[in-house]
This record gives sequence, structure tokens and C-alpha cells, in this order.
Amino acid sequence: MKKWFRDNWLLLLTGLIVGLAALILAKLGNPGNMGFCIACFERDIAGALGLHGAEAVQYFRPEIVGIVLGSLIAALCFREFKGKGGSSPFLRLILGMLVMIGALVFLGCPLRMVIRIGGGDLNAVVGLLGFIVGILIGVVFLKKGFTLGRAYVQTGAEGAAFPALLALAFLLSATGLVGLFRSSETGPGSMRAPWLLALAAGLAVGFLAQRSRFCMAGGIRNAVMFKDFGLVAAFGTVIVVVLLGNLILGQFNGFAFEKQPVAHSDGLWNFLGMVVVGWGSTLLGGCPLRQLVLAGEGNSDSAVTVVGMILGAAISHNFKLASSGEGSTPNGHNAVWAALVILLLISVLCTFVKRKEGKK
Amino acid sequence: MIDARGLSCPQPVLMVQQEIKRSAPATLTVLVDDQCAVGNIRRFASNQGYTVTVTEDNDEFTLELRK
Repeated sequence: MKKWFRDNWLLLLTGLIVGLAALILAKLGNPGNMGFCIACFERDIAGALGLHGAEAVQYFRPEIVGIVLGSLIAALCFREFKGKGGSSPFLRLILGMLVMIGALVFLGCPLRMVIRIGGGDLNAVVGLLGFIVGILIGVVFLKKGFTLGRAYVQTGAEGAAFPALLALAFLLSATGLVGLFRSSETGPGSMRAPWLLALAAGLAVGFLAQRSRFCMAGGIRNAVMFKDFGLVAAFGTVIVVVLLGNLILGQFNGFAFEKQPVAHSDGLWNFLGMVVVGWGSTLLGGCPLRQLVLAGEGNSDSAVTVVGMILGAAISHNFKLASSGEGSTPNGHNAVWAALVILLLISVLCTFVKRKEGKK
Repeated sequence: MIDARGLSCPQPVLMVQQEIKRSAPATLTVLVDDQCAVGNIRRFASNQGYTVTVTEDNDEFTLELRK
């Protein structure tokens, strides 16, 4: 037990800080049960860039910038920054898009899912079941030999390009030097914690997540595949911290399906949306948060994945795939079926049809 | 010898797990190129009763697993 704590204390600390940051950011202005949500915040950034026209969800979220830069700082401090890429970048772009489409049918990434559970939202428990099923499907293919191929060392410039671009765009957005970026007047995109605090929270989470390798999809995967429960304990820590925090702050109204903030109760689509997220994240090797952290470490495959997620958000809102508080949409349902078929295709092709190098 | 350089998480540790299951080797050499994989393999292998030594050379890591 003592050894387990020695191995996993940093993961538990990361879970604690993520939970606290989520509570504080929601208290200071972020939408309900959305102190942190990688999918929602990337969707807001897609809106800020004018990639979609949903006026309620447009804002250049400082949390996302903070996570990438926090990871970059940690990687530089501990000599882990390395330009790296070339492992099926286009398939990763597509997988990023699919993960985002699934997340926006459910209304949240895996991180927001656990924050919603801690807030008493039972729809997120349905989502969790779907997430687990998706991960288990991904694990079956991993065990059969699924791979997106090797990444290779690239130049430092390739690794630094994404964090640098994000930082520059954020600087322009935050200082108001350019009026190009869109910003919601009403709706979730208008609900925001003070930007400096949001950036600081992102930096702290990014730094810690880089050091601890915190990942929402890795927890269930590692528990199933390797009987390694460190990540899943961190996952549980977020739920407990958010639940206790909500109780202390007097904003916990019991567990229920109805009237949850920025959520809907279409059970089947909450479930299937998260199957897509779990399956896609397992094929990618990490959840949306982990992709941001890897992008900060210089992994340009993950940077491409994040771009895929931003594109997926644009597609979701431009073609009415994304759910809202009123429920899921017919286009969203069709998109989830399509995503499941594409995931199956990618899984089968990358498991059973190997490049020469992959044959041993 | 397992060459897991450049592979995404969790493929490096999965390759080690499958090799240990298949042939239960007394020694096993694993080549990886990121710290995350080093940590995962070290943790997994020591839980399986192996002692692990790591040497670093130019951002690549060689793990020697011994029972």
C-alpha cells in the first residue's frame, strides 16, 4: 500500500488540483459543471476563430492555452520536450474529429463527465458506462495488435509550433489587439472565470498532468489491461473532490437526470456519444486532456489531433450534430452511427492490415 | 529484444506484457524513447517480479529486465 502511494501520489495530487480548479472556475463564472471541459473549450475556441457560427459558444478559452503551456514548461524543466511526430497524422486528425463529435453529442469530454458526476448529474453516469464500453472495444483491438505506427524524432521547431501558435493567438485575443476573434454575449461562451485565473488554473493542471501522465481514458484501460489502478484512482479523486466541494459550497442538489446544467437526458445518445469518445481516445493513446499535454511536450501528432478536435467542433455546430440542453439532434444520431462505423474501419485496418515494418 | 520506440501509449508496456506472458524470459531488453513508457514498463515489470535498470543515450532509453 505504501509503495502504491509512493508510485501514485502525484496522480492523486493532480486529480485533487483538477477537481479544485474545476470547482473554483465554475464558481467564478464558468458554466455549471464545466469548470474544466476540454471538448467544450476547444469548441468555444473554434467559435472564437469563426469556424462555426453558433453565437452562444464562442470564446478563446485561456484554460486550453494554459494546459498546453503548463505542459511545455514542465517538459522543458524536466528535459522531456522533444519534437516528435509522424505516427499516422491524418488518421489522428480524423480520430480527433470523431472524438469531438461524440463528446458534443454527450456534451462534454471525459473530464467534464466526471465533473458532471460529482455535480450529481446521472446522465453523466450513463455517459461513463458508454465511455467504459468504448475503451473496452479499443482494448480488444490493442491486444490484437492495433497500432497507428511509430512516431519519429522531428525538429524542435515542429514540436514548438503548436504551443507557439496557440500562445500568439491567445495573446492577440486577450489583449484585444485584434477584434477578429468572436466572443459570445449570451450562453455558455459568455460565462467565464476571469481570464488570468483561468490561464493560471490551466498552467497548473497542464504542469501537473505532464508530470503525472494524468489521462482519463488511460485509467480504465490500465486497470483492465495491467491491473494498474493509479490513473483510475486519480479519476475517482476528481469525482470525490468535486462532489465534496459542491456539498460544502451548498450547490449540490442530489443525484438526478433532469434539469442539469448544459446537459440532456437522451440516455441512448449520452451512452453512444461516449462510446465514440472512449473508443477513439483509446486508439489515440490518450483522452482529449492528454492530447493537449502531449502537444505541449512537442508531439505534433497530438497537435494534429487537437486541430482535428477543433475541426470536429466546427463540423458539429455547422451541421447541427451537437446536442444542447434540449436534447440530441437527428443529425447527431446519424453522425454517431457514422463515427462508430469509421472507428471500426480504422480499428480493423490498423490491426490486421500492417505495414511491412509492423510484421515481426 | 523489444523495440518500442515511437509507439503510442500503451503499446510499449503491452508488448512487454505479451512477451512475458508468451515466454516468461529471465532477461528482456526493451528500447523506448519517452519517459512515460519508461515509467509504465518499470512499474509493470517490477510488479511481475523483475528488477529494472534503465540507461539513457541521446533521448533513447534501454531497459534491462531481470528476474
